[in-house]
Amino acid sequence: MYNPKMELTLEQKEILEGKQGPVMAKIMETVVMFGDIFDAPRLIKVTHDEGHLVTSFGIKILKPLFSTIKQINDAEITVKGKFTVDPRPIDYENVKCNLLEKLIFSKIMYAKQAMYEEQLTKAGLKDNNAFTCASYLPEIGNTPKEGDILAWAESSAVVFANSVLGARCNRNSGMLDLFGSIIGWVPEFGLVTDEGRKAKWKVIVKCTKKPEAQILGSAIGMKVMEDVPYIIGLDKWLGNEINDENIGYLKDFGAATASNGAVGLYHIDGLTPEAKKFKEKLIRDDAKEYVIDDEELERVYHSYPIMWKKPNKKGNLVFIGCPHLTFTQLNDWTDKIIEGLKANNRKKVTVRTIMTTAPDILDKFKKTDKYQALIATGVKLTSICPLMYTNNPLTKSRRIYTSSNKLRTYSTARYAKDQEILDFITGKEA
Amino acid sequence: MKEFKGRVIAGGTFKGEAAVSHQGFNSLASIQKSALKNAKQVIVSDQNNKDLFGVNITGKALCLPITIGSTTGGLVIQTSCQMGIAPACFLFSETIDSLAASGIVLARIWENSPVIAIDKLGEEFLNTVKTGDQIEVKEDGTVIIL
Repeated sequence: MYNPKMELTLEQKEILEGKQGPVMAKIMETVVMFGDIFDAPRLIKVTHDEGHLVTSFGIKILKPLFSTIKQINDAEITVKGKFTVDPRPIDYENVKCNLLEKLIFSKIMYAKQAMYEEQLTKAGLKDNNAFTCASYLPEIGNTPKEGDILAWAESSAVVFANSVLGARCNRNSGMLDLFGSIIGWVPEFGLVTDEGRKAKWKVIVKCTKKPEAQILGSAIGMKVMEDVPYIIGLDKWLGNEINDENIGYLKDFGAATASNGAVGLYHIDGLTPEAKKFKEKLIRDDAKEYVIDDEELERVYHSYPIMWKKPNKKGNLVFIGCPHLTFTQLNDWTDKIIEGLKANNRKKVTVRTIMTTAPDILDKFKKTDKYQALIATGVKLTSICPLMYTNNPLTKSRRIYTSSNKLRTYSTARYAKDQEILDFITGKEA
Repeated sequence: MKEFKGRVIAGGTFKGEAAVSHQGFNSLASIQKSALKNAKQVIVSDQNNKDLFGVNITGKALCLPITIGSTTGGLVIQTSCQMGIAPACFLFSETIDSLAASGIVLARIWENSPVIAIDKLGEEFLNTVKTGDQIEVKEDGTVIIL
């Protein structure tokens, strides 16, 4: 049996010794050994029982995932609360695929999807609408409070929960998210501690216009890697209150910091909860400095390699919404697309365009007049994960544009700024 | 010959070739393409990684500062170990990150993988070692660039 370095309570020791069965013992061993690596002194209680899991896809190669959850299901172990999970991979109705692509998606890549969703349901999946990377948005309702301790994974959700909501969560890996939600404790280290939430980087934004969230996040992520940045000069454009307008910006910015680097928490001076409370006291004495101006953002933007097989040709597919769009973002994009088409004397978008949002937000949007107006432009709405679409090797031949730096990082999609995407799909001549 | 001493996360011995990333190693972006193809080797597919893009890392000593990117990272490492296509050892110059640590622990406990992990080898280690160097790793966390 593993000999833990950290202090465990009697209950925790008994679980480790197998009092609640061998599977629970193995889960406890994994969590404790993981915490010991970071010299965690103890396990602390998860105070927000609703988990969020990163692995939503029944991709055939993930044998360790399926076999572990099978053991959990067989032992009739469930999470303390319920959990949400990242988006589903397939929606043939709105993300059309040819026969060969369908064959690869359904019979080869995601052949285990139905079986895996059954496994998730048995372990405590919230409901059929629980598939989104933006589970923290109010429409979905898996929204932790300030100070809550979480056992979540999904890099963009963790960074949002830590930074914007003031909750406390380490960058847990898939499996550790489930394990923490099952045993209800996580190791006390890193981003769940006061010290771990202090900034090792002071980032000063000196741009002359509001920086593109996805490029700013990318620049900061690449520079600070897993450290916590304290960002000064951004509240000038974002204001001093978290609201519907800036939530979308903060979501996209955070996702880029987490995927282009490994940021799990950022503070924005004058805006995010801890920065408002503690101000520059959050910055460590030995913090390094990074100044970002227009030139630096352009340097980062032009550093992205173009992975298309035919880079000089125009794009033939556009994905908007990674992470999933907020309700406000969905409305804003709809307005801009309609206005843009009108200005360019067009009725339909010039290229196949897919926007992604959470199932609950999609349901809400469908009840508004704008839904039909958007669909009339030819745009498709779905709740899949675009990254899982691009995992299909056959999609590599498509020239995909995206305004998501996360999608760019994990696929051959080419990044374009929001305005460039809008101009392209509405037919504005360069 | 140069010797470095780190902290043993998962012990073992190794003699073989180094593959070096001076920037954070994005596990998902690097490994997913080969894993999805059910390939027998991982050819790094991370477009952002100028050091290792296109390099085979299977069975090698992956020398890196930390891992970065998606929180599927740990599961990706665990899966690559289960498939037998992972690096033989992970040699971190910095303190191991939470995703890599998860992957190593999951691989050890749930897959009985012999994967080796040593961290805190220091900045000089990463500045010294080069892709293609022969490396020896000892049980106590000693890493020798031969």
